[in-house]
Amino acid sequence: MSAVPVIEVRGLRKTYGERVVLDDVSLTVGVGDVVCLIGSSGSGKSTLLRCLDLLEQIDDGVIELDGREISDPLVDPREVRRSIGMVFQAYNLFPHLSVLDNCTLAPRKVHGRSRSEAEATARDLLVRFGLGEHVDQHPDRLSGGQQQRAALVRALCTSPRLLLLDEITAALDPELVGEVLDIVRELAYGGTTMVLATHEMAFAREVATRVCFLDGGRIVESGPPDQVLFDPEHQRTREFLRRVLPQ
Amino acid sequence: MSALWEPSPRERERRQVRARLTRRRVAQGSIATLVVVGGIAAAVLLSPGWPRVRATFFDSFHARESLPAIVDGFWINVKMFLIAEPIILVLGLAIAVARSSRSPLLVPLRGLAIVYTDVVRGIPTLLLVFLFAFGMPELGLAGLPDGAFFWATVALVVSYSAYVAEVFRSGIESVHPSQWLSAEALALSRGQALRHVVVPQAVRRVVPPLLNDFVSLQKDTALVASVSIFDALFTARDYANYNFNYTPYVVVACFFVAMTVPLARLCDALAARIARRERAGAR
Ligand SMILES: Nc1ncnc2c1ncn2[C@@H]1O[C@H](COP(=O)(O)OP(=O)(O)OP(=O)(O)O)[C@@H](O)[C@H]1O
Ligand SMILES: [Mg+2]
Repeated sequence: MSAVPVIEVRGLRKTYGERVVLDDVSLTVGVGDVVCLIGSSGSGKSTLLRCLDLLEQIDDGVIELDGREISDPLVDPREVRRSIGMVFQAYNLFPHLSVLDNCTLAPRKVHGRSRSEAEATARDLLVRFGLGEHVDQHPDRLSGGQQQRAALVRALCTSPRLLLLDEITAALDPELVGEVLDIVRELAYGGTTMVLATHEMAFAREVATRVCFLDGGRIVESGPPDQVLFDPEHQRTREFLRRVLPQ
Repeated sequence: MSALWEPSPRERERRQVRARLTRRRVAQGSIATLVVVGGIAAAVLLSPGWPRVRATFFDSFHARESLPAIVDGFWINVKMFLIAEPIILVLGLAIAVARSSRSPLLVPLRGLAIVYTDVVRGIPTLLLVFLFAFGMPELGLAGLPDGAFFWATVALVVSYSAYVAEVFRSGIESVHPSQWLSAEALALSRGQALRHVVVPQAVRRVVPPLLNDFVSLQKDTALVASVSIFDALFTARDYANYNFNYTPYVVVACFFVAMTVPLARLCDALAARIARRERAGAR
């Protein structure tokens, strides 16, 4: 365990109008941790990830990245996001750019890499993710799973310190889930710290160092996957798992 | 649960910082505005020719003298705009929909719509006004009024409906194909998909360019001065020619600005409201 966690969240609160979407959420993510957020639809997983990327203004609490408070209004969010990669539930690829250009946009414009350098990195990753033949196509031509992998590559191209993945396997067939799982595991061994929201319990069990169960905007239970998934302490967790885990 | 919540000291501090940042941005904006506006004002007021310009363009006596006639004339511009605009919107949308229809029965209509937009947009609006206001009454069409006001309005409607149709059409084409797909998957007909799915999205998207055309139309109502209709511009020219003073032109300009600015703000507010409602959390 390293001394300073990559992400530390304390007492996070987020509301949309009257609606409390995240309530007193606390979370610590150490270097190399893979934290899986599970919970039913609408429990606030995506919102939590967006808050971590400073895409939402929070209503209370503190978020620290490498020991520095990033929820401070004086912090430039763009500088924070340079070191964080995010993949959205709905891919959000830029439809007017080819897959390769989607992947080289940020490295070139934000990180100042040369076109050839950025393209070499992107091509490399795209081939590794099985997208070698789609490099020059536009995202609309790709299948859902291919788009999701392209979105993952786009996030990886800037070598982020922290990856936030929002249900990236939701659109993939079982074979591809395994493939992405391999890549995510590989990334984890390579030292990439990750927070991911998922409905895939097997996936969570496989890659997570810690699982957090969200319910109604609160983290009800959190711990090692085997404990949370197979020996949960809370009634709510048990009910949820009974619904989602095959008997 | 949420009733008990009190912002933490850190959050309170953060709100103060945010408020301070907002105040600073407002102050920066105000100072920048003052400097720019003040600079321009100083450059104009200190220029050597300013006293003469003020006497011929900004004379308060002539402004007051010409005002009542200009108000009467301006009412004609307003009336023309209010009559023409709704007709243009309906006609423009109809042409755009006709152009994007795929029904074989509507093929002749489609061809007509294409020819209409191409030809009409190619003719200067002023020329259309001449053609309609001088030419149409000569035809002596039964049942139609032959006043210059009527035909000048028709000319504006013809001209602007072609532009507005193209705006609507680009809006319709900018709606993502997946929207057509999901509408078709719900077994909606093409017409229903247009009516309930595509056109509503397209209309929202084209509000700013439509506004642009509205403002342009408001100003182009002044073109009818060239066919001797006593609108605001004609009245002002009349006055200016008799009194050798151009102040009435400035007065007319103020009237037009006063009419367009509130409309622009209203449309901005509407667009912002739609965006807030539909785009929130769309990530
Ligand atoms: N922009 C918004 N405005 C208002 N309410 C919102 C907004 N975005 C999200 N919500 C609400 O916040 C709650 C949490 O949403 P969130 O997307 O985080 O859920 P989730 O856990 O990711 O669900 P899923 O598993 O379906 O992706 C939901 O009840 C949703 O209705
Ligand atoms: Mg979600």
